[in-house]
Amino acid sequence: MKPVLTAEKAVENIKDGSSLMVAGFMGCGNAFTLVDALISKGSKDLTLITSDTSFPEVGVGRLICQCRVKKLYATHIGTNPVSGQKMNCGDMAVTLVPQGTFNERIRAKGAGLGGILTPTGIGTAVEEGKQKLTIDGRDYLLELPLGAEFAFVKAEVCDTYGNCFLPMATKNAAVSMAMAADYVIVEAEKIVGPGEMDPEKVTIPGVFISAIVKSTLPASNLQLKA
Amino acid sequence: MKRVRLVKRIAQEFPDGALVNLGIGMPTMVANYIPQGRTILLHSENGFIGLGAHAEKGKEDPRLVNAGGQPVTIVPGGCYFDSAMSFAIIRGGHVDYTVLGALEVDMEGNLANYMIPGKMVPGMGGAMDLVVGAKNVIVAMEHVNKNGAPKILKKCALPLTAKGEVDLIVTDMAFIRVTKKGLVLEEIAEDTTVEEVLKATEAPMHVAGKIGRF
Repeated sequence: MKPVLTAEKAVENIKDGSSLMVAGFMGCGNAFTLVDALISKGSKDLTLITSDTSFPEVGVGRLICQCRVKKLYATHIGTNPVSGQKMNCGDMAVTLVPQGTFNERIRAKGAGLGGILTPTGIGTAVEEGKQKLTIDGRDYLLELPLGAEFAFVKAEVCDTYGNCFLPMATKNAAVSMAMAADYVIVEAEKIVGPGEMDPEKVTIPGVFISAIVKSTLPASNLQLKA
Repeated sequence: MKRVRLVKRIAQEFPDGALVNLGIGMPTMVANYIPQGRTILLHSENGFIGLGAHAEKGKEDPRLVNAGGQPVTIVPGGCYFDSAMSFAIIRGGHVDYTVLGALEVDMEGNLANYMIPGKMVPGMGGAMDLVVGAKNVIVAMEHVNKNGAPKILKKCALPLTAKGEVDLIVTDMAFIRVTKKGLVLEEIAEDTTVEEVLKATEAPMHVAGKIGRF
């Protein structure tokens, strides 16, 4: 059984300077309640690993706009103009990673792999400083695993064993991120008891989950206003 | 109108049943012109196959958005998956066609479309994976830039999205195939001439024996 905590309690161990993964794609699948708790707590100097920085007032985008992030790993920051401003003025160090590589590096960490070989980025600025290998005549870049101390994922339903159901397009990076962080908090709209979740409907096995928080800020209106 | 002509031409390229990923902007328009009797499936890199029309007002579902974050729908036959699977589908060569815009493209099939140093640095998102992984890469763009300068160059000056991956360049003026021997001009728009197209193109091009019109 996994502990069901308040959002405040769940983010308690996140320190200034901690590394944090936040699942989501343009706000879709962001854990709004957990992001809000982190902002209320005053956390800063975070290393944030997230697919994109959403829109300025939506989910993970708020961490950028409220100056909580010192280092960012992302694939795209174009929909949140504040990200670009902070990168250009040197307030935030930004590493941009091709999206497939981003997900596979995180998955590699969670799957116990020492890295992955990908053809993406060959012949571009992405290959700078990286080892190249030729397999069957094709060039690949060695990309290293990417992990974090904490991860936030968002589920529609979660049972008390931590098994999560993520519907539709909300899955995105959540499965890989849940595998790759030391302490994984799931924000769930509905928490059910053992046996109330169909094992066939599990998107993220509970083994990866550390704590469960009931969602108090449902996605919808927050996200769709963007 | 010129844009419609070019996206209509691209739409004719897909065989029935093709899996296609369309970039944001002009490439998205291609979906509106698929010839009758053919069905294609659209891949949305945030995690599903079967991307449908934008959601009607009042019927938006925050759990279903496209790669630009806009509420959309899914068509019958679609399916959902996570990002690792989405990019395995892309990189693994399971997407038949990708259509993207370009800042520059060159005679070796190199593509620059993701940044202008010091000016526009939004990140590559899924573009690098798509261009490397899709079986066929189609560039959809205006033939020249805002200042009238060619965008089809001998060599790209901007940072590359991928090296040697472009297969077709379709513009408001021309339909150009990238081959091992260089660029081949196969078709031109109905209101232009071969001479005009060559003049608006920096890279040298072979002109096909029989020039089509679109």
